[in-house]
Amino acid sequence: MQNPMLKIEELSASVDGKSILKGINLEIQAGEVHAVMGPNGSGKSTLASVLAGKPGYTVTGGKVTYQGKNLLELAPEIRAREGIFLGFQYPVELPGVSNLYFLKAAVNAVRKHQGLEEYDAVDFLELAKQKMELVELSTALTQRPVNVGFSGGEKKRNEIFQMALLNPKLAILDETDSGLDIDALRIVAQGVNAQRGPSVSMLLITHYQRLLEYIQPDYVHVLVGGQIVKSGDHTLALDLEEHGYAEFLSAPTQVGAA
Amino acid sequence: MTTSSEHISELINRDYSAGWSTNIEQDQLLPGLSEEVIRFISAKKNEPSWLLDFRLKAYRLWQKMPTPKWAKVHYPEIDYQSIIYYSAPKSSKDGPKSLDEVDPELLKTYEKLGIPLHERAALAGIAVDAVFDSVSVATTFKAKLATMGVIFCSFSEAVQEHPELIQKYLGSVVPAADNFYAALNSAVFTDGSFVYIPKGVRCPMELSTYFRINAAKTGQFERTLVVADEGSHVSYLEGCTAPMRDENQLHAAVVELIALDNAQIKYSTVQNWYPGDKDGKGGIYNFVTKRGKCATNAKISWTQVETGSAITWKYPSCILQGDNSVGEFYSVALTNHRQQADTGTKMIHIGKNTTSTIVSKGISAGHGQNTYRGQVKILKGAENARNFTRCDSMLIGSSAGAHTVPYVEVRNHSATLEHEATTSRIGEDQLFYCLQRGLSEEDAVSMIVNGFCKEVLKELPMEFAVEAQKLLGVSLEGAIG
Repeated sequence: MQNPMLKIEELSASVDGKSILKGINLEIQAGEVHAVMGPNGSGKSTLASVLAGKPGYTVTGGKVTYQGKNLLELAPEIRAREGIFLGFQYPVELPGVSNLYFLKAAVNAVRKHQGLEEYDAVDFLELAKQKMELVELSTALTQRPVNVGFSGGEKKRNEIFQMALLNPKLAILDETDSGLDIDALRIVAQGVNAQRGPSVSMLLITHYQRLLEYIQPDYVHVLVGGQIVKSGDHTLALDLEEHGYAEFLSAPTQVGAA
Repeated sequence: MTTSSEHISELINRDYSAGWSTNIEQDQLLPGLSEEVIRFISAKKNEPSWLLDFRLKAYRLWQKMPTPKWAKVHYPEIDYQSIIYYSAPKSSKDGPKSLDEVDPELLKTYEKLGIPLHERAALAGIAVDAVFDSVSVATTFKAKLATMGVIFCSFSEAVQEHPELIQKYLGSVVPAADNFYAALNSAVFTDGSFVYIPKGVRCPMELSTYFRINAAKTGQFERTLVVADEGSHVSYLEGCTAPMRDENQLHAAVVELIALDNAQIKYSTVQNWYPGDKDGKGGIYNFVTKRGKCATNAKISWTQVETGSAITWKYPSCILQGDNSVGEFYSVALTNHRQQADTGTKMIHIGKNTTSTIVSKGISAGHGQNTYRGQVKILKGAENARNFTRCDSMLIGSSAGAHTVPYVEVRNHSATLEHEATTSRIGEDQLFYCLQRGLSEEDAVSMIVNGFCKEVLKELPMEFAVEAQKLLGVSLEGAIG
């Protein structure tokens, strides 16, 4: 059988000496979309950050295998070039760095790593135009400095635009729905859905079920207190919407009830 | 996971690519400064007596002047008697008559620096004057420029060929008494470039001087004089490099710009003198006085990218004498390791409706110290003067320092002044964002820094902008994690 896209085993991690993840187990096959839901402070964003290799997080136990490789050994930029994309909850501003220039450098760094030919300016622009339409991003916005002066919705659309250009194998979207109005949410979801395919896996991290009305996940996991306390199909999200996380919060020791 | 600060110390490992030296026979004086030495230099250059007098007067002034101490830079007392004040490649003793007579070793030196002196190989549209230690070794495209009446030659040659212009303008913007280093330069300057653009002429190509300090223990004291006659336009560039040497070397230049009525001068510098090693050993002390004077409707624009030197002490300034004249100062100063920079500008508004713009970007990494020091002075008669100042500092790592010292003096209340200043740190978040998109750490830092400097870099002529961007990248190599 083929390697899973991502296999997380007993992953524990801490920030500033404080233990946040306490033994996460999760397996994602190619083409699957998983959603991780949970209340604030449950460790959702930490999970995303650890997978992407953000500095400041210490892995204290467990292992993560990505396409058969030990993910935790790889530098963040290598993870990116190997096809891991993190959609940021709070996209960062880069004053003076044009969005398209930034992305061309990024896309070419990834392509070079993967042994593909780098795009020249003309080809890249052509490609960028297609993807811009997908997330209804104006040309003007793509030429402005990265995220500088973008509205909350524009920043999130820009993340999805970047994802579309970088063509990841595993996209981790960290609270991509937060702060979006209904229209922006629809556009973002449309961009994400267009990326779905048999060789692309996704990990959606969200607080609310709302996003999952637009992007139907194959699996839903409930993360509470640094552990996955329940897993199920997309109907689990609807349950959560109705009953909230109270059930899990009152019984945080009930582990692995999948 | 490695923390940011560990990365910083791990990766600070800069490579100074212009750090080699040329083995060439030098004709040079013993170290030391005296009237004798000045007479020797003047005689060597066959100077008229008024110029020798100018030098000697400056020397006597200098002897009585104290070293300026107000800048935020620290260095051991300089022993002016241990410096060699004249050093020239031997073969060019009588001056090369054409490029064919230039020592091939020298041509190789400049080629290695990416400055081909052979006109056929030279960058299209840029005329170059190459100054090697104390003398100018070659000037390209001279003949072509002469057909338009443009004079572009070494300073020494100008003294011989155009003494009336030199006598009229030398010291007219920066008098010898101006400051300690200007007085020293006025006494011992050896060469430099001279430019004269006749009335109404738009100089058809970029003029550029390339300075190279080669000989050990040598000081470089060049003098640059640019005169743009009424209604003329010129864009001038200078670049600088030096070999890596353990001892500090002094560079004390004076640049004077004169923009007559309706004239425009754009003066760009990419300064990459050897900055010393990572512990602060060696490097150039760059103490430079640059000033321009604008007549009616004239404009002077300074753009500088300062990445080299152990110490930079430099305030390219504008005297806005004529009504409606315009002064601009765009600066990027980068200090890494133990480098110190105290740089900025003075905008002196004398005429009515004069405007000035100051954009300064300071970047400090390692233990670098970076000070913006600027003065905006609005004199009584300067009705409706305007100034806009923007000073941004970027800190990389936790051991670097950034300081902003703006002085404002307003004696006419119709003036409008705006001042903006920011200090930021290259965020770990910014860096991680770039890495997560697949960029290497070096590319990410270079991109963030170049973005930060964009407002200034876009003022540079195309070829220089590209070089400056690369230089910023190299100078910061591994300055962050």
